[in-house]
Amino acid sequence: MIVDDSNLIRKKIAREFDHSKFDLVASAANGEQAVELFKQFSPHVVTMDITMPHIDGIKCIENLVAINPDVMILVVSALNDKATGMEALEKGAMGFINKPFTQTDITQALDALVED
Amino acid sequence: MIDKKLHIFIDGIVNYFNHLGSNVEAKVGSPYLINSMDRINSDYTGSISVTGSYQGFCYFSAPTILLKHLIMSLGETDTSDEMILDTVGEVANTLSGNARETLGSDFIISVPNIIKGPPQHDQNHSDQRIYTIPINWNSYRAQLGVCLYQ
Repeated sequence: MIVDDSNLIRKKIAREFDHSKFDLVASAANGEQAVELFKQFSPHVVTMDITMPHIDGIKCIENLVAINPDVMILVVSALNDKATGMEALEKGAMGFINKPFTQTDITQALDALVED
Repeated sequence: MIDKKLHIFIDGIVNYFNHLGSNVEAKVGSPYLINSMDRINSDYTGSISVTGSYQGFCYFSAPTILLKHLIMSLGETDTSDEMILDTVGEVANTLSGNARETLGSDFIISVPNIIKGPPQHDQNHSDQRIYTIPINWNSYRAQLGVCLYQ
């Protein structure tokens, strides 16, 4: 599942899913929608933006992990300070890549997520 | 004070365009001060409000042709008005968000405010200086505006 308020970024990540071992089951444009879709589709892997309207990515990570502690969450965010990365990991994210990113960056990050 | 930190945003611009996969680097001109945004002529603007350790705003403003070219560089074929608005906001978000690596997590940014047209002067910061960083990419001109103070 992809969570990002930018349609451009959702589509960019979705193209990567098309060429990977993952099947894309849902895309959400904000944290509220993400929680609903997460309950509906139970994805194993989630890419998560941080700066989003309504519920931000950090709170959304908390909500998703509360529903399924085994979910693998990769944060994909422009917020590249250490504190944000640490907070995301503390809430249950398992990886972090910065925007802007290349297709190779997201491929490697997703592969590393499921290999660990 | 922020004038000593403009390199953060300049580096961010160069880094952003290097990640597009277009093999065309962005050329960043010397920043200059403006008192008013009246003379800025751009088709779309993404603006980010800043709070926390700094107050103010950052905006990315660009013509339609640059944004369409940027979208296609990212492998996307949809260059609709909706996608262009989304893109200008995402660029503003990325350039502002990346500044946190240096300015820290107390540099708090809003979600993008996206508008069709040039940047609008924020009356909350009307007495503050605005630095404009000119950007030339693929022969198209855009600009990043930075108005930050403590």
